[in-house]
Amino acid sequence: MSAQDLLVVRGLVAGYGAAPVLQAIDLTVPAGTIAAVVGANGAGKTTLLRALSGMIRPAAGQVLLAGEDLRGTPVEKLVRRGMAHVPEGRGVINELTVDENLRLGGLWRRDRADAGRALTEVYELFEPLARRRRHLGHQLSGGERQMLALGRALVARPRLLLLDEPSLGLAPRVVARTMALLRQLRDRTGLTVLLVEQNVRSALAVADQGVVMALGRVVIAAPADKLRDDVELRHAYLGF
Amino acid sequence: MSATRAAVPPKQRPADAGDRPVDRRRGSTLLRHLAIMLAAGLLLVGVSYAVEPFRNFQLATVAAYLCATAGLTVLTGLNGQLSLGHGALMATGAYTVAFCQNAFADRGMTGGWLLPLSLGAAVLGTVAVGAVVGVAAARLRGPYLAGVTLAVAVVVPALAVTFDGVFNGEQGLSVPVEPPPVSLGPYFPYERWQLWLTGAATLLALLLLANLIRSRYGRTFRAVRDDEVAARLAGIHVARTQVLAFVVSAATAGLGGALLAVLAQSVSPGAFSLTLSLFLLMAVVIGGLGRLTGALWGAVLLVALPDLTHSLTEMLTLSPAVAQRMEGNLPLAIFGITLIVVMIAAPGGVQGLLSRLGRALLARWSARRS
Amino acid sequence: MDRFVFLTIDGLSRGAVYAAFALALVLIWRAARVVNFAQGAMAVAAAYVAYTVSAQTGSYWLGFVVAIVAGLLLGALVDRAVMRYVDHTSPLNPVIVALGLVLLIQAVLGMVYGSEFRPAEAPFSRSALTVGGLAVLSPYDLFVFATIGVVVVGLAWIFARTAVGLRMRAAAFAPEVSRLLGVNVGGMLTLGWALASGVGALAAMLVIPTELGLHPHAMDLVFVSAFTAAVVGGLDSPPGAVVGGLVVGLLLSYVSGYAGSDLTPLAVLVLLLAVLLVRPGGLFAPVAARRV
Repeated sequence: MSAQDLLVVRGLVAGYGAAPVLQAIDLTVPAGTIAAVVGANGAGKTTLLRALSGMIRPAAGQVLLAGEDLRGTPVEKLVRRGMAHVPEGRGVINELTVDENLRLGGLWRRDRADAGRALTEVYELFEPLARRRRHLGHQLSGGERQMLALGRALVARPRLLLLDEPSLGLAPRVVARTMALLRQLRDRTGLTVLLVEQNVRSALAVADQGVVMALGRVVIAAPADKLRDDVELRHAYLGF
Repeated sequence: MSATRAAVPPKQRPADAGDRPVDRRRGSTLLRHLAIMLAAGLLLVGVSYAVEPFRNFQLATVAAYLCATAGLTVLTGLNGQLSLGHGALMATGAYTVAFCQNAFADRGMTGGWLLPLSLGAAVLGTVAVGAVVGVAAARLRGPYLAGVTLAVAVVVPALAVTFDGVFNGEQGLSVPVEPPPVSLGPYFPYERWQLWLTGAATLLALLLLANLIRSRYGRTFRAVRDDEVAARLAGIHVARTQVLAFVVSAATAGLGGALLAVLAQSVSPGAFSLTLSLFLLMAVVIGGLGRLTGALWGAVLLVALPDLTHSLTEMLTLSPAVAQRMEGNLPLAIFGITLIVVMIAAPGGVQGLLSRLGRALLARWSARRS
Repeated sequence: MDRFVFLTIDGLSRGAVYAAFALALVLIWRAARVVNFAQGAMAVAAAYVAYTVSAQTGSYWLGFVVAIVAGLLLGALVDRAVMRYVDHTSPLNPVIVALGLVLLIQAVLGMVYGSEFRPAEAPFSRSALTVGGLAVLSPYDLFVFATIGVVVVGLAWIFARTAVGLRMRAAAFAPEVSRLLGVNVGGMLTLGWALASGVGALAAMLVIPTELGLHPHAMDLVFVSAFTAAVVGGLDSPPGAVVGGLVVGLLLSYVSGYAGSDLTPLAVLVLLLAVLLVRPGGLFAPVAARRV
């Protein structure tokens, strides 16, 4: 393990009930890179993210964030370790306003001044949110909800961002903008992203590393451009 | 009703005759229940000769409570409606029987058929009240229903005081009951006669309930409990089913209350307080929700526990004042703790534990044989 | 006319207490989706603690403070020691467990204190002051209004303006997402129970001197009235609970004033049924979201 590897997963086994969904996952994400996990429905992509953020307890294996073992860390403490998880369906809290949703992302921080700065930055980053500050979560459009979920994660100033299907149900233009934003964040702030996607093309277009999962295993992890451009690899693992 | 038809496993449906096998199966259920009830009745008669009069009276009380708990377990366990108002329904039955018996006595009427008539009137009266509450209940869910029935349980006993011209206030009414028939002999103990009466009425009610549970209606009860939306999509009229369950449950509660009034030969609002409603609920939960045998354990518990704590407080040497406080409240405290522990640790109740134990023993036995 | 004014003031004063008690129910309902049927018994337990403290020290106010603290602690205890372990998949389970708590608490109180009524003193005179020949407010009514006002405004401030309030609301609406955002959801739940139980204890302290006195069952009917108030307002709405409380208080006051106090329980039942049958979500409910 090199010093630059922010997230290291070794032999992770997890699932719901008796039969594990994830079977010995190994994965390494270097700091300041974007990794895209792709694969068919039911491959275990969402389960992988849930196991990483502690929402389900792994049966075996190790998750290291910047060299620290995360085992036994409660979910609510992970954000303090620098991991932010934007769940599938994005988890905007409908009954709270945009502003409250965003503030919630930074409430745990001791450095109130910086939390305030982070909030301002997010409003600058996502103009439409600033205009809808007082609106309730359920009044937002799909794209705005996406911004809100992403912005709320960024208020915490995470080192590692776990994103579950950010393209789900969004227009191609919005997807492209989101992907571009991730790249921009990586270049500017050194953010590390682990992205789970069904939309293989746009995910691989933005990622540094591509990870293909099938039936609870990692079948190949390769540089994203190689996976994208090598016809044989693409045929073998992605089916197009 | 294609959904219910499909629920019958194919192996029990021979290919040669269309609907008849299903009917025959239902008939055999009825016969089986009849046989069980007959056996229970014979056992009860035997026991009534074997034990002393006081025990006979206690068993009769168990039978009366069993009526109410059985109805409640059908409502709460099988249909998923929580009623905290069954004490009030029992009061309805009890007061109806008191009115009828008094009316008969005032007119100087006598005869063995009068008491069954009064009991029938009590059931009908409670059905009417139950239908009203049930129609309201069918529109309500979980905590709302619990709140309304709680209000019923608190308010109904208070009515007896409000309209004390009719109900004679806190004092209540007396229930004149005739002595056992002369044909049974001059020295036939009254308590044995009470046990026979209540036992017969309760067994009849249980027989009807057991068959109802096994019928199409029982299945719709459960379907509505488990998933209202799915039940509706399967063609079940949810509201009607809920009202039906409430009415059935009210009828048995009314019978139970009427039997209690006959046993005590009096009826007063104090006997049907909110605590009684809570007791009934607790009894069915501790016994095992949704099972008639669980209702039996619950009814036994309702009679046995106060008795046990009474002997317990007598064993300890306490000052009279302390003993009096303990005696009234210790059973309540034990009930409360048991209820909480059962809900958390063993949601199946006593009957759930027993059947688990039975299965484990059976498994061990068959393992040893092979 | 005099009588009407008197009954109105009396109804509002009673209604303020119902409002606080209904508010306590709504707090737990919003936080945990549980209607706490043990609320009345828990509040009475806190009032008994206050009674003991006041009897020992001779100070009403010390007892008053102790009651609220006891309420807070009891609420936290009930959550941590009991409710946390209850399977919440069926809404029946927490209700049944709460009823078990009712039996247990009332029995323990009966064993310790006996079941006779104990006189509860009021800190201020309950005889009405007259303004221009018209009997209006008693000092005690003023005290009730002021206290409930402080509680309502305080709770509103906590939930709308403070970080803890935001966390509590988030934890109630979306527990899983809140955990991902670093909110200690279990802690917020305990806090919700404690707050609600503290408010309930306060309401009990205010209402018991106006009724027959301290008794293990002293809050049974108050609970039913407060539940009705909460339902009138819609179980999910704190402002609704306050309005519902005042409505129920006024109704009970008019009924007992014009038709006889024996009829008040029946009036509560009729109001509860009427509201539930006509508008099951309460008067303040948004348009029904779930329809098949």
